[in-house]
Amino acid sequence: MSTTTTPSGLTGGEARPRATARGRADGSPRGRGSGALGRTGVWGAVFVAPQTLLFVAFFLVPVVIAFALAFMEVRPTRMTWVGLDNFQRALGDQLFHRALINTSVFTAVVVVFWLGKALLIAYLLDPMNRTLQTFFKSAFYLPAVTSSIIISLIWLWIFNPTFGLLNAFVGLFGVEPVAWLGNTATALPALMVMQVVMGGGSSIVLLSAALARIPRDLYEVALIDGAKRPTIFAKVILPLIRPTLLYLVVTGTINTFQVFDAVYVMTQGGPQFATTTVVFRIYQEAFQRFNLGYASAQAIVLFLITLVLAAVQFRMLGQNVEY
Amino acid sequence: MAAVTRPDPFLRDRSHPVKPTPLGAVVILLVLIALSLAALVPLYWMFATSLTPSAMTVRFPPELIPSDPTLDNYRAVLRQPNFWSWVKNSLIQSLSVTAVIVATASMAGYAIAKLPFRGSRLLFWLFILSMMLPFEAILVPLFLVVTRLGLVDTYLGLLLPLMAAPFAIFLMKQFIQTLPSELIDAARVDGASEPRIFWDVVLPLVRPGLAFLGIITFVAQWNSFVWPLVVTRSSEMRTLQVGLVLIREQEPLFFGLQMAAAVMAAIPVIVVFFAFQRYFLRGVTVGALKG
Repeated sequence: MSTTTTPSGLTGGEARPRATARGRADGSPRGRGSGALGRTGVWGAVFVAPQTLLFVAFFLVPVVIAFALAFMEVRPTRMTWVGLDNFQRALGDQLFHRALINTSVFTAVVVVFWLGKALLIAYLLDPMNRTLQTFFKSAFYLPAVTSSIIISLIWLWIFNPTFGLLNAFVGLFGVEPVAWLGNTATALPALMVMQVVMGGGSSIVLLSAALARIPRDLYEVALIDGAKRPTIFAKVILPLIRPTLLYLVVTGTINTFQVFDAVYVMTQGGPQFATTTVVFRIYQEAFQRFNLGYASAQAIVLFLITLVLAAVQFRMLGQNVEY
Repeated sequence: MAAVTRPDPFLRDRSHPVKPTPLGAVVILLVLIALSLAALVPLYWMFATSLTPSAMTVRFPPELIPSDPTLDNYRAVLRQPNFWSWVKNSLIQSLSVTAVIVATASMAGYAIAKLPFRGSRLLFWLFILSMMLPFEAILVPLFLVVTRLGLVDTYLGLLLPLMAAPFAIFLMKQFIQTLPSELIDAARVDGASEPRIFWDVVLPLVRPGLAFLGIITFVAQWNSFVWPLVVTRSSEMRTLQVGLVLIREQEPLFFGLQMAAAVMAAIPVIVVFFAFQRYFLRGVTVGALKG
């Protein structure tokens, strides 16, 4: 899960062109500048150059290659153009279907519960005093700064069928030991539970900040109108924190859809492909079977799904709120 | 707000218009405690297991508090071949990538916010668009690029791709945009060179932003896994996160050892978290909301 994020990207963080580069023709020593760019423009290009070079080399070029590879078959000795073969293969690939279904189920369940949990906690914290808020925000944030690998190792141990903490716990209620990760019925839900239980830290902080920004007279107006808590929540709070929620839903969905670390460490996609996710499939295809072309085609499918998901969510939730 | 002298016995915010009843406050506390325990018990369990002798971890039911705590697991971690190489590599990765990103992304953010040039808006939108693309989607071609450059299993191959940081540029642009342009113009009238303005005027004013970016980048780099996994080959080039997985693959049943290694890998970020807590808990909104 991403560490820290900012909600502003969606709320029109767009620069109002502030006319910073109006030519300093009025008196600075070399005010005229050089050519169409002006002195500041040249410096702008210089300042942006290092990141732009990195961006071109390690982002733009790979993206172009990714699209090219998707239409090729890559062998150690040569590459051959195969048109849409890789995409057709993906469409008919049972394992890729399975990965898509697993990932979709995982993402839908995790995003709903994780965001629900974060919203509940932020809402419960809002009327409490500052010290208590800080205490609980830290408590919930701590798992979020701990790496997904560490979290996965801990839960691998907790889920251990023979000596694990979870079986000891459910044993208190007379439940027989369960092979949580070894069972096709429980493996994927086990990973979801882990994500939801450990997740939410940064979302709680962002939602909390959004709740704190709600003008208090709005509450008072609602109270005078005789509104009860559920009404206030639905009619005052939800609409006003919608930009933050939208941001969290979009980034949460995109990030969760890319689940890989936990699968790699805990299940390797098993048992019987019950936890095989899209990114894990891409990884296997590319780095274990070296089918780079086919892996790239799958990656492009992943990219398109990500774009569509984000676009749909924007449409559904994305009316800007001014207050 | 500060006018209230006596603290609320139920830890409520006295000035909140929709205050819970005392009973409600108690219920809230219980729910919060239950949910936070669910997330913290696993972390405690990592710590407790790390102090438990191996023989005691393969017993059922497990001991909640180690009856015979020992540091043997930590000693065993230190004896792992290449453990110190992993620590060193993780440090090199986190520190160098963070330093480069903070430096270059603030430069780029300043350029886009205050020094527009032809194509700067297009470039900015390319950066924004690229934030939408999952890293995994370019994993394969990125690996090919690094292979072609002959950089697999080298520091440059590990570090350079991680230094491309569109999100960091966006963040710094948002911070720098809120600075008054008059200040920069005034420095310019005084004859300051652009690098001087950047260094002496802009950077001091966005210090909180730089700190925030540095902290989240450090944590993200320390915790990163996929790229180090893919681009490193030899055991001594691995990073700590990848090393944790190697330990677990080699010693699947030594839970104490695994958890001790996990604790050691978690300590730096936990220290950073508590040292810079306020940055994490502020819920940075990057000034755009105030627009």
